[in-house]
Amino acid sequence: MNALPCTVYVSLVGALLALIAGGRSARAARWIALITATVGWLITLGAAADFVPGPGLQTLVNVAWIPELGVRYHLAADGISLTLLVLTGLAATAGILFSWNIEERVGEFFALFLTLIAGVYGVFLSADIFVFFVFYEIAIVPKYFLIATWGSTNREYGAMKLVLYSFAGSALVLAGVLWAYAANGGQSFALSDLAAAGANFTAGQQIGMFALIFLGFAVLAGMFPFHTWAPTGHVAAPTAASMLLAGVVMKLGAYGCLRVAMPLFPAGLEFWQPTIAWLAIIGIIYAGFVALVQEDFKFVIGYSSVSHMGFVLLGLAAANTQAVSGAVLQMFSHGVIAGLLFAVVGRMVYERTHTRKFSDLRRIPLHRLLPFAALTFVLGGLASMGMPGFSGFPAELTILIGTWKTSPVWATFAAGGILVAAAFTLRAIQVSFFGTTDHSGPVATADAHGHEHDYAPITWPERTGAMLLIAATIYIGLKPDVLLEWIVPALQSPLFQSILKGGAS
Amino acid sequence: VTNYTAIFHALRPEASLVVGALVVLGLDLWLGRGRTEGQRLRLSSLVGLLAVAMAICASLGAGSSGEVVDGVLILDSLGLATRVGVLGLTGLTLLLAPGTSRVRNPAELVAIILFATSGFTLMAVAQQLLLAFLALELASLSLYILAGFDKSRPASAEAALKYFLLGGVSAAFMLFGFSLLYGLTGSLVLPEIARAIAVNEQSTLLMVALVMILVAFGFKAAAAPFHLWAPDVYQGAPTISAALIASASKLAGFVLFVRLLWSGLLPAAGSVATFDSVPGWLPVVAGLAGLSLFLGNFVALAQSNVRRLLAYSAIAHAGALLLGVMAAGVAGPGPLFYYAATYGLATVGAFGVIAVVEQAGGCQSLSDLAGIHRRSPLLAACLLIFILSLAGIPPLAGFFGKFAVFAAALKVGGLGGPLGWLTLAAIFLSAIGLYYYLLILKQALVLGPAADRGKISVPANARLALILAAGLIVALGLFPSVVLGLF
Repeated sequence: MNALPCTVYVSLVGALLALIAGGRSARAARWIALITATVGWLITLGAAADFVPGPGLQTLVNVAWIPELGVRYHLAADGISLTLLVLTGLAATAGILFSWNIEERVGEFFALFLTLIAGVYGVFLSADIFVFFVFYEIAIVPKYFLIATWGSTNREYGAMKLVLYSFAGSALVLAGVLWAYAANGGQSFALSDLAAAGANFTAGQQIGMFALIFLGFAVLAGMFPFHTWAPTGHVAAPTAASMLLAGVVMKLGAYGCLRVAMPLFPAGLEFWQPTIAWLAIIGIIYAGFVALVQEDFKFVIGYSSVSHMGFVLLGLAAANTQAVSGAVLQMFSHGVIAGLLFAVVGRMVYERTHTRKFSDLRRIPLHRLLPFAALTFVLGGLASMGMPGFSGFPAELTILIGTWKTSPVWATFAAGGILVAAAFTLRAIQVSFFGTTDHSGPVATADAHGHEHDYAPITWPERTGAMLLIAATIYIGLKPDVLLEWIVPALQSPLFQSILKGGAS
Repeated sequence: VTNYTAIFHALRPEASLVVGALVVLGLDLWLGRGRTEGQRLRLSSLVGLLAVAMAICASLGAGSSGEVVDGVLILDSLGLATRVGVLGLTGLTLLLAPGTSRVRNPAELVAIILFATSGFTLMAVAQQLLLAFLALELASLSLYILAGFDKSRPASAEAALKYFLLGGVSAAFMLFGFSLLYGLTGSLVLPEIARAIAVNEQSTLLMVALVMILVAFGFKAAAAPFHLWAPDVYQGAPTISAALIASASKLAGFVLFVRLLWSGLLPAAGSVATFDSVPGWLPVVAGLAGLSLFLGNFVALAQSNVRRLLAYSAIAHAGALLLGVMAAGVAGPGPLFYYAATYGLATVGAFGVIAVVEQAGGCQSLSDLAGIHRRSPLLAACLLIFILSLAGIPPLAGFFGKFAVFAAALKVGGLGGPLGWLTLAAIFLSAIGLYYYLLILKQALVLGPAADRGKISVPANARLALILAAGLIVALGLFPSVVLGLF
């Protein structure tokens, strides 16, 4: 447990080393990045191994940082943060495996990537809102350079839009946090202190603070109608960045909502609860329908991320133990699945076919040319649809059951969203990989033995990365209790119980 | 009986600077003959740096021992910190100069920079109107000359003329304001003025004096609507001069005015903590701040010249600094000082990068920065730190400056008054700021260089200055208490 803060430091040191090594040897930079990410992941797994679930945050580091402002460098973890830390380690490792083919400015790429990872780890570990915010912003800037330098379609636009949305969101958060801090007399930024002070704020203050902070975080979580950065940004980003953005960075937003906005301002949550729920439901269904008509393969996955993140927000809005634990589970599940889908689309398919248009892909018998990619995408698609046996199933089911307890109407509408998700996923699978059996297509050629020569074979890093992610989604699909046993006790802490209705699941 | 020893002790930093300036001129006359301008600049800068180092030691020696000579000077922690701050910024500027500026009279350049700096250090400790005015004018006149120092470029002359004319008008306003204050209160020393104002009832004349002073203040701070000189000066002045004008001069100016307003005009402050605001100078400053924040941030969006962009960003920062001025009554001058000092560091650094690029083929438009990461990775890395600090991204010092100022401003009255809402606006406008800062960084770090641009070799002294500035920004960002704890 106590090694968890090292995830941040290891990532930062790795970033520096990769940057230095990248000037001499691309290979060295790659390996340094891979080793760094793996070490980070192993630290989280090691912490998970000796983790004793319990209510409340377990403090890891707590020293004074800026006494003049009452800021303490306070890192802590509970079951919820641990879940997301493990996810971060996994996504980072897989992301580096899927960027093995980056050839341009390799050192800088991995340095930015690892800095982003360090920021993400830091956010999940922070127990002081100031520290939280610092790490949150550290995670913003690398995204711009990752997308603008190594991205594809419309990358400078996508990068700028994404970063400005994130930064505008963080400005809202900063405003809300400073307001609460000042209203409390400017003593402390500790989550527990501000939560204790929250009770003294008037309902009006709480509603305002909650609106600023929740909205700021929800922008990053892709809440309708502030989601438009997500598809353009994810499409423009290089594969590893899309995996990380959809897989982990969007979770930062949801985590912020859960960790900061909700427990601090109960009256605010009560006031805004229906609005958030309906926006989440609109997001689920609207993004699903938009995904259904996309012509660009990556946009389908981009919008599907928005739709799936809608479930997370709905689970949070339902505000009972079951729904919220489902939301955290869905964060993990979607992190893995979105990473997998983006890896297939961006790395396995696009890097080889150089097209993401369904009209082009339809003419290529990809399921024969890239059977591994097809298999991976089918598995990822099934997981994404919420098929039993994959992590999406327990996550969305838990959210729906939990939501039903709060409002059956919400649950009904959201369940409709699952149908839409099935529709757009199946369409994507069918059109992209099983588009045609017609051999006269312009691209596809097969020799007499049925061997295909068009595309480079799937490399070992791709296979390893895909296996890791598939294994994670199946393992959690079969044994969701592993994570729920961390998450549910964490929700029993007094801080969460004051806002959650309904008993333990 | 006037205690000359005490005066000398208190003014040793200024004495070191002036002696240093004279030595620079003398040495150049003696040794400079037959040498190239580059060599002469190197020698002059070295002597200048020595003088600055001695002045820093002298400032630390003078310490913060309280009032000197019936309150004409005040040696307090703010004065000490500001002296060291402006001297440090001048030191960095001097360290940057050799190899990055081509001037015809290098010794005069360094001497005038030292004169300007002695003006800044005096502004840091002046507590009497007459001395404040003299210090300010010493600094300003030196800066006018520095702006026009490149006699071969018409743009430089234009910048100097604009700066001088507008600066002259603002000096007239200030002097008129000061004379009214003296007439109303019968004193030149700030605390006595405050006592006199508190006793007398508020008169229209006092308001006129306040407006006059605030106009001059707005000009010095480059706050809208008195900002018009800034873009032209930043664009036309030699890069080294622009660096000094944008950094040390800002820091000294804000400290002088925070003293003038809070310790001299406190009873006429009025209030911005609530919406039924009390008339006084605070509501006027709030207006200047709001206007600067909006105008600076929005006009910066449209700039294609990197120096003009930095000028409009400076106007936006002036708006944020004015929030710090307003909050200084409750939170003390710590956040304001931290913000102004770290802003100065980042600006000196940014202009340093521009100066180096300038020598390698010109640096006016944003696209001149294209592909710096290929041409010189060091410059690119330093520029990244400076610009991100200006944008207020943690863990760099610029972020903590903003944070401390905003937190202090919100503590004054929460969201119950205009100050709170201005602070919220400033927070949201920083998102706009990130856009134009990223435009700079996009050129420098994302795009490739133009075909005809080769590697840039950074002179060793400039390299040292840039690394020092970048290192300080990171270090002060990680440990802001080092500065914030001084007050």
